[in-house]
Amino acid sequence: MADQATQMQVSDEIAITINKMNKWYGTFHVLRDIDLTVNRGERIVICGPSGSGKSTLIRCINALEEHQQGSIEVDGTLLSSDLKNIDTIRSEVGMCFQHFNLFPHLTILENCTLAPIWVRKTPKKEAEETAMHFLEKVKIPDQANKYPGQLSGGQQQRVAIARSLCMRPRIMLFDEPTSALDPEMIKEVLDTMIELAEEGMTMLCVTHEMGFARQVANRVIFMDAGQIVEQNEPEAFFNNPQSPRTQLFLSQILGH
Amino acid sequence: MSDTHAQSVAFVRDTEIPSAPPPYAATGPVKWMRENLFATHANGALTLIALYVIWYVLSGAVPWIFNGLWNTSSLSECREVLDGTVGACFSVLTERWNQLLFGFQYPEEYYWRPTLAFLLLGVAAAPVLFFDLPRKMLAFTAIYPFVAYWLIWGGTMLTPIVAFLGVAAGAMVYKRFVTGSFALGFFGGIFAAFVVWNLGGFLISDTASDTAMLGAVPSRDLGGFMLNMMLGVTCVSLSIPIGIALALGRQSSMPLIKWICVVFIEFIRGVPLITLLFVASVMLAYFFPPESSLDLFLRVVIMITMFSGAYIAEVIRGGLAALPKGQYEAADSLGLDYAQAMRLIILPQALKISIPGIVNIAVGLFKDTTLVSVIGMFDIVGMIRGPILASTEWNGVYWELLGFASVLFFIVCYGISQYSQWLERRLATDHR
Repeated sequence: MADQATQMQVSDEIAITINKMNKWYGTFHVLRDIDLTVNRGERIVICGPSGSGKSTLIRCINALEEHQQGSIEVDGTLLSSDLKNIDTIRSEVGMCFQHFNLFPHLTILENCTLAPIWVRKTPKKEAEETAMHFLEKVKIPDQANKYPGQLSGGQQQRVAIARSLCMRPRIMLFDEPTSALDPEMIKEVLDTMIELAEEGMTMLCVTHEMGFARQVANRVIFMDAGQIVEQNEPEAFFNNPQSPRTQLFLSQILGH
Repeated sequence: MSDTHAQSVAFVRDTEIPSAPPPYAATGPVKWMRENLFATHANGALTLIALYVIWYVLSGAVPWIFNGLWNTSSLSECREVLDGTVGACFSVLTERWNQLLFGFQYPEEYYWRPTLAFLLLGVAAAPVLFFDLPRKMLAFTAIYPFVAYWLIWGGTMLTPIVAFLGVAAGAMVYKRFVTGSFALGFFGGIFAAFVVWNLGGFLISDTASDTAMLGAVPSRDLGGFMLNMMLGVTCVSLSIPIGIALALGRQSSMPLIKWICVVFIEFIRGVPLITLLFVASVMLAYFFPPESSLDLFLRVVIMITMFSGAYIAEVIRGGLAALPKGQYEAADSLGLDYAQAMRLIILPQALKISIPGIVNIAVGLFKDTTLVSVIGMFDIVGMIRGPILASTEWNGVYWELLGFASVLFFIVCYGISQYSQWLERRLATDHR
């Protein structure tokens, strides 16, 4: 499966640069000296024990969390307190959440067309066509006029992916997209993500799906206590982990 | 036992048992009464007590209502006709209905004007209340306040036209600049409106009202249930946007705005409404230059609106707090700015959660409009307590008058409550 991953193109162009980034919650130091460069087309899986700061890290990339030191540059735009920059970055970076966070008062189609119409100023008809295109891609075009509450968890998460894609993002962030799902729904969401990866989307995924990591990722990052402990290609990462902390973690999650 | 065979263990049914009606006590009214009225001894005792109370009240009220007289000219005449039997003197209503509805100074030949304004209120409110109606009807809703003002107060048509032009100019300036900066659009709009109003003030001469198509009626001549309706409708419709603004302001990350909103809300909530009304009627005059006279009706509207705005703000704050944080994050992550996220994602959901609370305050506010009788305005309660009960003919008719006022308020408040329940069902899309 590793050779399938290497078939996917990774360009030399840089998508995200994180340089000596530090973040505190009050006095608690959640992220420590994070250095990370992501090239366009890379598929990075971030794993680690809970509380290790992996979600916080990807939430810093689209400024859902504010970092206090260091710099984050996304697509050449420096993330600062300037609201204009933040909105630019957010409209280029799609995000999927653990709990989907669809808008329950809007239909599936309205969920997907809302941001293109209001942020991108796309005409309504065009936005609806785009939305239907992506809903077909995640294989639920027939649910377009239902409300999120009428869909299963897996369907909701696929809608959430389609909703992000409607903004035509260049980077996708996934924050534990399958953690709130039943086992049989996990597969349908992962299939969607794999398809996305095969099309060359730059992806950062916080997930514990190690099968997905082996199949799709070209780099796996292991975090603990707010630091990047180890990063490597998936084969090497899983077969020959270097740090004792990584070895312990892998033995615990792969052991059963 | 006819269809079983004793010699074999296997069993095949060859005849069908016909269906029979259930025993008498297991269905119908007997079962219902046994389950709902006489389930236990205590339950049965309560049922009997309740039946006695209902009988006691009805045996007093029914003859009183049906023996009621509708066509005598005074209380003493009414008592004479009744001659000691139980009966109501509803003739006070047939005699004084106009005063109860319009106040005792509103010119009788103009009664059609507030009546028409009331009917048009239905047309204006319909597209706001029932959003399945065509959106074009909102154009009438936008001009309705000015039409209603002109119908009720009369006077020169220029006043409402200038007022409308001012609002329209403000809205245009706001729309033009708001995409660049909200503050510029907001304050620019207010400034534009004031410029138009002041320019318009020069155009309208002091004598313009004397020759107007509709005769002018001063505010102090308004009264009766009309006054309660006017205060209720105006204050509810103004206090909802103010409440939203205060609730958002209280959540603001800008300390100054947050601080102003918190102080305003806490101050208003800490003061009784009646105090604010006294401030409106007596004290506000000290704050304005002697020659300027802000209309008493307007002063009362400002005070009641501030009062209910503060309460609605707290209800909406509850709705905002009830929304999962993920909704804010999803809106942010899609690149919506603050105003878009609030308008499209947060407020529609927060307001939906807040409907019962907002309706609760609207109903309370509508009933509280009767408090203006304390500061000398002749609303329906003021009319009853003042001119009608003080008259020699009707001194002592309490039940009939206050009952009539109660019926009017009940119809409106029950209507509001039913509407809100319909609205909640209509908006239930989350299928939780």
